[in-house]
Amino acid sequence: MTVQILRRALIFVVSALVASVAVFGLLAVLPGDPAQVALGVSATPELLAKTRQEFGIDRPLATQYFEWIGGVFSGDFGNSYVTREPIGPQLVDRLGVTMWLVGAGMLVALLIALPAGVFAAVRHRRASGSVISGLSQLGVAVPGFVAAIILVQVFAVQLRWLPAGGWTPPIVDPLDFLSGLLLPALSLGLVQGAVLTRYVRSSVIDVLREDYLRTARAKGLTPYRALLRHGLRNASVPVVTVLGLQLATLLIGAVVIERVFVIPGLGSMLLDAVSNRDLLTVQGIVLVLVLAVLLVNFVVDVLYTVLNPRLRQAS
Amino acid sequence: MKRISLFLAALLVAGCSAGSTASAPRDPNAITIGFSAEPANFDFTRTDGTAIPQALLYNVYEGLVKLDENGQVKPLLAESWRVSPDRLSYEFSLRANASFSNGSPFTADNVKFSIERVKTTWGISQKSKMDVVSRVEVLAPTKVRVTLSRPSNNWLFDMTTRVGAMFSPDGVADLPNNPVGTGPYDVAARNRGSSITLKANPRYWGPKPAYETVYLRYFKDSTALNNALLSNGIDVVSAVAAPDSMPQFENDTRFNVTQGITNGEVVLSFNGRKAPLNDVRVRRALTQGIDRRVLLDTAWAGRGELIGSMVPRTDPWYTDLTGVNAYNPENAKKLLAEAGQQNLNLRLRIPNLPYAVTSAQVVKSELNKIGVGVSIEPLDFPAVWLKSVFTEHDFDMSIIQHVEPRDITTFGNTKYYWGYDSPKVRRLLAEGDRGSPEQQVTAMREVAATLADDAAACWLFLFPNLIAAKKKVGGLPLNQISEAFDLTILRRAGS
Repeated sequence: MTVQILRRALIFVVSALVASVAVFGLLAVLPGDPAQVALGVSATPELLAKTRQEFGIDRPLATQYFEWIGGVFSGDFGNSYVTREPIGPQLVDRLGVTMWLVGAGMLVALLIALPAGVFAAVRHRRASGSVISGLSQLGVAVPGFVAAIILVQVFAVQLRWLPAGGWTPPIVDPLDFLSGLLLPALSLGLVQGAVLTRYVRSSVIDVLREDYLRTARAKGLTPYRALLRHGLRNASVPVVTVLGLQLATLLIGAVVIERVFVIPGLGSMLLDAVSNRDLLTVQGIVLVLVLAVLLVNFVVDVLYTVLNPRLRQAS
Repeated sequence: MKRISLFLAALLVAGCSAGSTASAPRDPNAITIGFSAEPANFDFTRTDGTAIPQALLYNVYEGLVKLDENGQVKPLLAESWRVSPDRLSYEFSLRANASFSNGSPFTADNVKFSIERVKTTWGISQKSKMDVVSRVEVLAPTKVRVTLSRPSNNWLFDMTTRVGAMFSPDGVADLPNNPVGTGPYDVAARNRGSSITLKANPRYWGPKPAYETVYLRYFKDSTALNNALLSNGIDVVSAVAAPDSMPQFENDTRFNVTQGITNGEVVLSFNGRKAPLNDVRVRRALTQGIDRRVLLDTAWAGRGELIGSMVPRTDPWYTDLTGVNAYNPENAKKLLAEAGQQNLNLRLRIPNLPYAVTSAQVVKSELNKIGVGVSIEPLDFPAVWLKSVFTEHDFDMSIIQHVEPRDITTFGNTKYYWGYDSPKVRRLLAEGDRGSPEQQVTAMREVAATLADDAAACWLFLFPNLIAAKKKVGGLPLNQISEAFDLTILRRAGS
């Protein structure tokens, strides 16, 4: 098992390095001059040259890359072209906000998917099971931002029960925090929940067909009890994989949801940095996002081995 | 595992340190105002753009003079001033009781320091507005004389903008984060990506502002900004970005709406550097080919005003020039034939901003009617548009809102992106700047008329100032023509 985890870790490190080169390279070819954007419409050629030098973007690309990645290793993401302040602390701050959002979205998705998926599986030959299945199909088809716009219209603008946007940290006012988090988390989680429901359902149906479950039923357990005692661990293997993939989707989905709900997370920071051609900041954020996704995949791989003994023996 | 959970805990706490912005405060002494462009930092001496002065000028920083909402230059830190007969020197009498938010008194030394600092230390191109100053002399603690190298009316006007802001030598150490001014408010907190909190400055020399605390909240998305007001999240939408969303405020008894004007001329610019747009007949034809009333109604729901030249009605030299090169498609076709340009195809390269995108559609359909082909190319704003159109001049036509006050002077700059070159306009602009206020008005009127007749550009419309606010907020500015969102004029309704 250790060998396999080490191998996974190596793959993680190599992918991360390749990703850093790709992120840097792609942004280097983006049209638009950061110095020009920072100085605005009336910049003179002299000021432009001076600012380019100040930003260090007049040097060879390779030099720029190594200096950047070297700094990243020690936690220094450089200074923003726009705010001229260190990017690292801001990244941590914004990532914290986004993690609340993604975490809450995941929670909503699980709260929907687990009961709904199991229910739909156990009753998959009956009408009630088909209704759940159909609803989840509908949920898959609705993009997160559409759900967000509808939720805002209904609960914020019409009913005025919840704020249309904004962010209150939990320490400042826990109640405001929760009411502000509810709509964004629902927008993110409803769609993911619908997707997950389908996986839970099919995974549980597979388990239900296994011999050991029939034996459990024969011992006199109800379908739900049999599933709970003997089936869930087996059913969870494919679900954990999808969960990992969905965490990545949620991170990306949060970019749009943060804009709709005016939440100062990593996503809105990314969009602002892109439109300001604050390339160093964009680079830092994209790298963090990529690392997060790679890390999630790594953890999923490891969990796999832990959950499923057969995979351990295979190595 | 333990280490991972520690890291997670650190992140969650980090999420906690960003400030509260979710709902409008219940405190009656506080007001929340929604804006669309957020300041990147607080240092407008080194960072360009309108967002920083919008938040700080007149509120945190003050100058010797300010611009009121009718376009008049009014005293602020200067109680009065005298101009010498040769119009070269200005003697200002300063307020004796003003001080900076860090406790330092405001004196004539600060005026000398601030004006000289523009010339030596500022990093944005607006600093050139101080080039005309040759000497600043401290005559007494409350008396200061500024001598110009040539007479300039624009200089005093420019002193109402950010370059006129007064600084203290012991308050400029950390301008991006810690602004120190003499204004009625002080920056109390900033939450990047969402809001700025201003608190009343207890040392302020002038009348106490109506609201003790002002939250400036920033919304990149205009729908989110509107929704925030509709759901009671904020008290004021400082500028309603989408005109078709005005009815939802007008039809709701909770809100007041106002519609005034701005400095923002929405200009269809012609690249005068190259054929065929260097031909005045072609420019006139294009201008006469566009029904600007139809354009305003279609593109901006009829909200805004038609202008015939680069002058909003709040400038002293405004005259109605909408009749010059007015809509006349038949004549436009004739002009094109005369110029030998019946098969004209032009590239309309626009920023991807709502007003430009909707206006471009109308421009295209109107010009198609007079036989001119138009291909619309939206460019990412600001980065790509600035580089491609503004700097490299790679365009035939573009549409952009020119927001700087009195930016008619850009037509005197032959290096400007539209490459307009008229010795007559340059001479008149110089005369206007040099002369007495009366001579200035005469000269500038002629500049405006010349530009209109020359079809130096096609002025589509003047951008409206649309504000929606809760009924409890009074004193909202009708017009937005200075760089500042002036919080000092806000009142509580009924007081």
